[in-house]
Amino acid sequence: MNGEELTEQETALYDRQIRVWGADAQRRLSKSHILVYGMKGTVAEFCKNIVLAGVGSVTLVDDRAVNEEALSTNFLVLPDENLYHGKTLAEVCCDSLKEFNPMVHVSVEKGDISTFGVEFFEKFDAVVISCCSLAKKKLINQKCRKLPKHIAYYTVDCRGSCGEIFVDLKNYKYSKKKLEETIECQLEYPSFEDAIAAPWKALPKRVSKLYFAMRVIEQFEDIEGRNAGQTSIADLPGVLKLRKELCETNSVNESQIPDALLERLLTGTSEFPPVCAIIGGILGQEVIKAISGKGDPLKNFFFFDAMDGKGLIEDISKP
Amino acid sequence: MDTIEVSNLNRQFLFRRSHVGLSKAKVARDAVLRFRPNISITPYHSNVKESHFNVDFFKEFDVVLNGLDNLDARRHVNRLCLAADVPLVESGTTGFLGQVTVHLKGKTECYECQPKPAPKTYPVCTITSTPSKFIHCIVWAKDLLFAKLFGDKDQENDLNVRSNDTGNSSEHSADVFEYRKDEDIEQYGRRIYDHVFGHNIEVALSNEETWKNRNKPRPIYSKDVLPVKMTEENGNTEKDCATGDVSVMAFLSLKNPQDIWSLAENTRVFLEALRLFFSKRRKDIGNLTFDKDDQLAVEFVTAAANIRASSFAIPLHSLFEAKGIAGNIVHAVATTNAIVAGLIVIEAIKVLKKDNNNYRMTYCLEHPSRKLLLMPVEPYEPNKSCYVCSETPLSLEVNTHHSKLRDFVEKIVKGKLGMNFAVIMQGTSILYEVGEDLEEDMVAIYAANLEKALSELPSPVTSGTVLTVEDLQQEFSCSINIKHREGFDEEKEPNGMVLSGWVEAPVYKDNNKPIGNGESTSNTFPSEEKDVEIQEMSEGTETVTGKKRKLSKVDENRNQKKPEKLDVDDEDDELIISDDWESLTKKKRV
Repeated sequence: MNGEELTEQETALYDRQIRVWGADAQRRLSKSHILVYGMKGTVAEFCKNIVLAGVGSVTLVDDRAVNEEALSTNFLVLPDENLYHGKTLAEVCCDSLKEFNPMVHVSVEKGDISTFGVEFFEKFDAVVISCCSLAKKKLINQKCRKLPKHIAYYTVDCRGSCGEIFVDLKNYKYSKKKLEETIECQLEYPSFEDAIAAPWKALPKRVSKLYFAMRVIEQFEDIEGRNAGQTSIADLPGVLKLRKELCETNSVNESQIPDALLERLLTGTSEFPPVCAIIGGILGQEVIKAISGKGDPLKNFFFFDAMDGKGLIEDISKP
Repeated sequence: MDTIEVSNLNRQFLFRRSHVGLSKAKVARDAVLRFRPNISITPYHSNVKESHFNVDFFKEFDVVLNGLDNLDARRHVNRLCLAADVPLVESGTTGFLGQVTVHLKGKTECYECQPKPAPKTYPVCTITSTPSKFIHCIVWAKDLLFAKLFGDKDQENDLNVRSNDTGNSSEHSADVFEYRKDEDIEQYGRRIYDHVFGHNIEVALSNEETWKNRNKPRPIYSKDVLPVKMTEENGNTEKDCATGDVSVMAFLSLKNPQDIWSLAENTRVFLEALRLFFSKRRKDIGNLTFDKDDQLAVEFVTAAANIRASSFAIPLHSLFEAKGIAGNIVHAVATTNAIVAGLIVIEAIKVLKKDNNNYRMTYCLEHPSRKLLLMPVEPYEPNKSCYVCSETPLSLEVNTHHSKLRDFVEKIVKGKLGMNFAVIMQGTSILYEVGEDLEEDMVAIYAANLEKALSELPSPVTSGTVLTVEDLQQEFSCSINIKHREGFDEEKEPNGMVLSGWVEAPVYKDNNKPIGNGESTSNTFPSEEKDVEIQEMSEGTETVTGKKRKLSKVDENRNQKKPEKLDVDDEDDELIISDDWESLTKKKRV
């Protein structure tokens, strides 16, 4: 947190995790600054994880008022009107998060994130985006990439029993121990825009169907001018039509994106708490890895579907 | 029954600093009620092995979710869930690894169908005479030296046992370790130091045979390491650390627990810790068992282990590392626990919905295997040789003339079978039992029986005898066929008894696994049984192509709508069935 060594308090509190990633990694965490946009249930779980881990600071952005959705899926929002009346979602979450670890500085930033300049993003080491349109995801990603500073960029989406995480670490260098040696590793990540532009035909045959389904829904929302997650079963015909077009354009069989899966994503716009915990956990681990420089980061998509129980990684990039 | 500790707070997020010392069950309940006020939660601040939590208690529940941190309790709950026929969701995490398993009587394996790694133990002579790894030095420092100096004086202690020694040195050792009235404490410390690190090593060296193929240790004497007497005690010598404990480190300006101390520094810590025990904690001496949260004890054991390691040319370790080994500390982070918690709830919901065809074991990996970080596996059918859920009889080879009933009770019934309140019978005669309402003469008979050789019991136990062992609380019974055998290998069969039909657990090969109470994996959230709001997951199920031994019977009476056949790419849905739990959950080196 300050100085070179961990304080006695930090050593006592973080003992069990220092045994996992070491004191150096813990020090680096304590100096990091994380920006979080879109306080849905999954993101609340993620924030809890990084606050407990002892990052330097967390900045929350979400000017929406507390609603039914938040009360049922965001565990940082307690069902006590006195606590949330007149406050934004970010403010309520901020109050709760502070309690988990007084050593972490948690704050709120208000306003439309798409208007924030590049110098705003420069303050952060990692940026996590959720509840966001396709356009906004790309925009923020570009702003982060523009900076010479290395900023880790993540998007996260949870619909019903499915979840998706996207990771962009630009050019990421790290070292790891193999047996007694230290080896230097380097990974190159595509931007969000470049990744999703990868032609479907060129992707390996067994890429998760969830990847394609999410892209269809994402485009549908974009075309229809909807907010993220603002869909229902009534949209199914429109979505199926879009699927047909996209599959034709990409020369892939429509069966790659099953009807039932699209239905689930359209109707399951509310989050399912155990999936929030799982996705929030995986995302937390990824951010910790990137900040601490310890551990192989995932590249570049992660998918989870409670129905089959698989949590898998897909490497999607333009050839 | 646990209370909240500071080191829990990095992941057990229902707790705050102000809760340290309070009951986990009670505080967790209060915390959960804050965000879900309308759930019924009953906390019990007790040990799950207490008699109150019997089969009738367990029968009241629709599902049991375990969050235990030791093998013994898990086995206990497993047996009760089997007896009560209540589904059990088990789980565990260690660092980045975790797993969730589902157990239904008759349908899936029970928790004990697959062997769980047993706590590693070391041969006595390795600890007392020929250590080769740091952990051997820790065991020596903790279970021998610390126990001898500060523990129960009446306990048997192998401290002065030499590898080939049959001579009686107990009188001599009693003199050495005894603190003499008005003796200068530092002098006492040096006397102990010189005895265990100097004299005892010289004696060991005198036996040439032991060192034929081993590196010889070197004796260490305090006058060679610290020729000058340490500073006289003054009023400000103790510095309290956060918990108010007395601590050497602060006094000696050894602030960083991650530093590796030199031999001289270790010696200073050894002597100073000893001095502090005698001057500030005199009343504790004679009652202490090692506790990883006792800072002074940890400092002493670290120093003693390091000095011994130095003698045997074994690399020294920091206090941080030593504490982890001596205290069997399981490393843990919030993220893995969150993931596993989510997976547990998903399985629990399936159990409540009686979604019998979709239960899964899920493994949470650190490094992806075939792109998978979360790997679902279908549960296996019950193991027909499992003595717990399949009632297979066991066999015991034992020298019935030499081994006593007490050995059988301690090493087999409690040690291997995990039965803590057993009744041991031969046919209809009871050889031994424990209980509160036994008649005095029965208690006397049982006490006498314990000391008898098996073949000399009132109902003699010889080759061909079948013993029945029952634990009434676990409602679990098993039969053991006795086979007489004359001789046993001292190294490989130190107990002089060999149990088979029992699926022996693989023992950890590496030295990362600390010896001790068998904490294989730890779970850090409280086990709660509560009403869960079921969310509708109303879609069809994918048909999965399977591999051997998994559950795949379709339940005829299912009321669900017919599952929609999805285009399933066979290879895509290949589930990896692992036979070896251990390889998936092996602890990784930090």
